[in-house]
Amino acid sequence: MKVAYYPGCSLKSTAKNFEESAVASLQNLGVQMQELSRWNCCGTVFSLASDDLMHHVAPIRVLLRAQEGDSNSLIILCSMCYHTLKLSNIRVKQNPEELEKLNNLMYKEETTYEGKVTVHHLLTFLKEEIGFEKIKERIKVDLSGLKIAPYYGCLLLRPKEVSIDPNMENPLIMSEFIQALGAVPVEFAHKTECCGAYLTVGNKDLVTERAYEILEATRRRGTEMILTSCPLCQFNLDDRQREIKKKYPEFEEVPVLYFTQALGLSMGLDQQVLRFDLNWVSPLALLEEKHIFANR
Amino acid sequence: MEISVKKVHSDLVKKISQISGQNIGACYQCGKCSAGCPSAERMDNIPSQFIKLIQLGAESEIKRSNTPWICLTCFICTVRCPKGIDIAGIMEAARLLEARSNVDYFEVRSLAQALLEENLPPIAVVSCFRKHTSI
Repeated sequence: MKVAYYPGCSLKSTAKNFEESAVASLQNLGVQMQELSRWNCCGTVFSLASDDLMHHVAPIRVLLRAQEGDSNSLIILCSMCYHTLKLSNIRVKQNPEELEKLNNLMYKEETTYEGKVTVHHLLTFLKEEIGFEKIKERIKVDLSGLKIAPYYGCLLLRPKEVSIDPNMENPLIMSEFIQALGAVPVEFAHKTECCGAYLTVGNKDLVTERAYEILEATRRRGTEMILTSCPLCQFNLDDRQREIKKKYPEFEEVPVLYFTQALGLSMGLDQQVLRFDLNWVSPLALLEEKHIFANR
Repeated sequence: MEISVKKVHSDLVKKISQISGQNIGACYQCGKCSAGCPSAERMDNIPSQFIKLIQLGAESEIKRSNTPWICLTCFICTVRCPKGIDIAGIMEAARLLEARSNVDYFEVRSLAQALLEENLPPIAVVSCFRKHTSI
């Protein structure tokens, strides 16, 4: 099976561990992820202003690229790209006049966007198209007993139109995924709470405090590893542990992985594609302690 | 704070309603937005108070408030509002009033230092610019 996917900027830079682990894991499941032949920045945040069309040009142009391909569905990995593309797509499908204006704002295009593309997050694709049962069949590494907390953050769930789970207040899809990997999911109240997002650029202290609160909340429940789907959440929960440690020396570091890194790990993929070297807190010490074999 | 009919019908209230496309008068101050907001403790006006300030057309209090700048558009308020008001959209409108008036909340020149110090993901930088710098 071949699927079209849109990586976005972070998967090509700071989050290479997300992209490389995803492509290799999906290949192992018999799915060839084909990057759009040309793409632009999605705009990162969905514009909420009723009078602002300009910021929808970028996401719609990405969808036009997908429409040109063979498939009418587009797989997204990064939570921010997913949110922006999903909501812009909904907006133009509901407003044909706006879509016409946006098509007029995209010069030098041979076709117009007709709202034909469906935007999927990789997790829902894994659940609905591949099936978690099929993942179970491919498991080679025993993760039993490993306590993994799902962290959704905001943009996979809210508003409800984008939610990857029918219950946006208490989603379970990532826990089902963790179970499929053979590990133990750890529920915690902060799993859907904001990580502090882009304030990490100008207000490091606020984000350090926010990350500390989230990490401590899940630590208290015995969590040994956290999974996420957003390069910004990942940075705030992982890299910011350096700041947390300075402020709270008793804090115990916890690895924060992309869900695809855990998927690849469970299927016995090589560390060359899992790229734990790009995670601030490496999971290798934990894996060794738990006698979990990770291919070198 | 002075309350007057003139303030309630001010341009500011009209602009925030127009940009956000929301009926701000629909808010009946139940406080669910503030109860769910993970940033409320850092705001000088919690979300429901900020909405009340807009209803009253309290321009100087709105302009002084850090509320829309602490808001991270996590949509908890929006999805829990029993009146269906997109509160995150109202916060965006409040930010845009400043951004469209050529006001920067984030000093772009300070980015160079941040980039030297750490490996920020590009989405952090782009979203910071989109939300916190003038347009």
